[in-house]
Amino acid sequence: MSSKSSSRHLTNTLLPWLVPLLIILAWQAAASAGEIDNRVMPSPLAVLKAGKDLAASGQLWLHLKISFVRAMIGFAIGGGIGLALGLITGLSRRGELLLDSTVQMIRTIPPLALIPLVILWFGIDESAKLFLVAFGTLFPVYINTYHGIRSVDTGLVEMARSYGLKGWPLFRDVILPGALPSILVGVRFALGFAWILLIVAETISASTGIGYLATNAREFLQTDVVVLSILLYALLGKASDAVARLLERRWLRWHPAYQ
Amino acid sequence: MNAPFSVNGVALQLTGVGKRYDSKIVLHELDLTLHAGEFVALVGRSGCGKSTLLRLIAGLDTASAGAIAADGKPHINLQQDTRLMFQDARLLPWKTVLQNVGLGLSGDWQSRAQEALAEVGLTEHADKWPAQLSGGQRQRVALARALIHRPRLLLLDEPLGALDALTRIEMHQLIERLWQHHGFTVLLVTHDVQEAAALADRVILIEEGRIGLDQAIDLPRPRARGTAAFAALEERILNRVLALPGHSEEPAPPLALEPVVPAALRWAL
Repeated sequence: MSSKSSSRHLTNTLLPWLVPLLIILAWQAAASAGEIDNRVMPSPLAVLKAGKDLAASGQLWLHLKISFVRAMIGFAIGGGIGLALGLITGLSRRGELLLDSTVQMIRTIPPLALIPLVILWFGIDESAKLFLVAFGTLFPVYINTYHGIRSVDTGLVEMARSYGLKGWPLFRDVILPGALPSILVGVRFALGFAWILLIVAETISASTGIGYLATNAREFLQTDVVVLSILLYALLGKASDAVARLLERRWLRWHPAYQ
Repeated sequence: MNAPFSVNGVALQLTGVGKRYDSKIVLHELDLTLHAGEFVALVGRSGCGKSTLLRLIAGLDTASAGAIAADGKPHINLQQDTRLMFQDARLLPWKTVLQNVGLGLSGDWQSRAQEALAEVGLTEHADKWPAQLSGGQRQRVALARALIHRPRLLLLDEPLGALDALTRIEMHQLIERLWQHHGFTVLLVTHDVQEAAALADRVILIEEGRIGLDQAIDLPRPRARGTAAFAALEERILNRVLALPGHSEEPAPPLALEPVVPAALRWAL
């Protein structure tokens, strides 16, 4: 019985990796057979070797760390402001009247449309990238916080009030946990979006970071490094999603969907 | 016999209490007295105003006319002594059973919550999430959560409506036992005439916002439902309920909060 369930567990863990593995094998086979021109698309082994060389020289970690820090700081600023604004408009009718339509208007601006203005304002230094990431991550967190608070079960709020809860205890015990599933959805979207914006920002103007690594490699026709950079973004995106899911599992363990 | 009037219960006096939503009158001027420690059931068709009356007494709504007095004093100070059980258990899904019972308490609440859980026979479920319990168990948790505050007035808003017949009978026995033990005043709103006759000292029928019948139930407890006396009383009340043809449903009272915006938009790009 237990060996059966553990083998099923193993299957469940391994099965999602089967398709990526097959793709890489086919890719390697095609490259080795000379079907794919190395200049167009390097073989997986070549990408791996480029990664190893860059890791050995310390370049890889440098760029990875800088990109990671940028994404996290930008997300912390944008997500923090989004959370604060969402709490204000979600909790207070007056706050909603005052702020919501303004935020909704700004939300419709595609962040990438701001790039010319951002370059004019901040030049090409750090703050330009942080601004873009913060701008893009603010709105998913804002909207989901606002809707999360508004969709908290009114019956529970009424019950808690009749048990004498108000102010901070009411917020801490009822409203915030009720809104949390929605807020975490916003966090997941924002984290995914942070990487999209960061790669654009780093590609346009940077002297460090994974986007710079890719742009720089393009100048020298190092397709292996370009592909490596793209894969790094995929891995970083996956890692931040995994962190968000970990938070969901931890904070929403009461939820039937996580049991 | 019925429990003697008790010091642990609140005596309620309603004089000329009325409620209107806009132009619609839900409760006409209504006079009602509840003795301390009495178990009173409110029955009536859907939309007759019985739940509205309960919400007024609970302080969730304010009356448009009249006054409610508790022990001879204005009932505004009653909130502390009143606990309300809803149709749905309204447990916080993100708190364990034990934490739900201890809601709003501070200090050494955990041992008190354990005691309250023991009273409703759910000690072994203390660390579960509400989602893991059955409907009857959830209502028992809600009952424990109400009892821990040592209420002097317990208001029950059709708390058993969603339960199956066997669980209901178990809950009747539990509520009756706890009421006899603690001596609080109970006001039970129910659709079920048999439930009212089985539990209450007095059954009051609300019709179109007025009291249509005030029937004392003078049967010994615990009440056997099969006896002729019980059946006669039940039928009498039921016939009276059915005597008046049904009317269109009144609109539900407005919610305490603003309407919920459907969380359809989950993300923004």
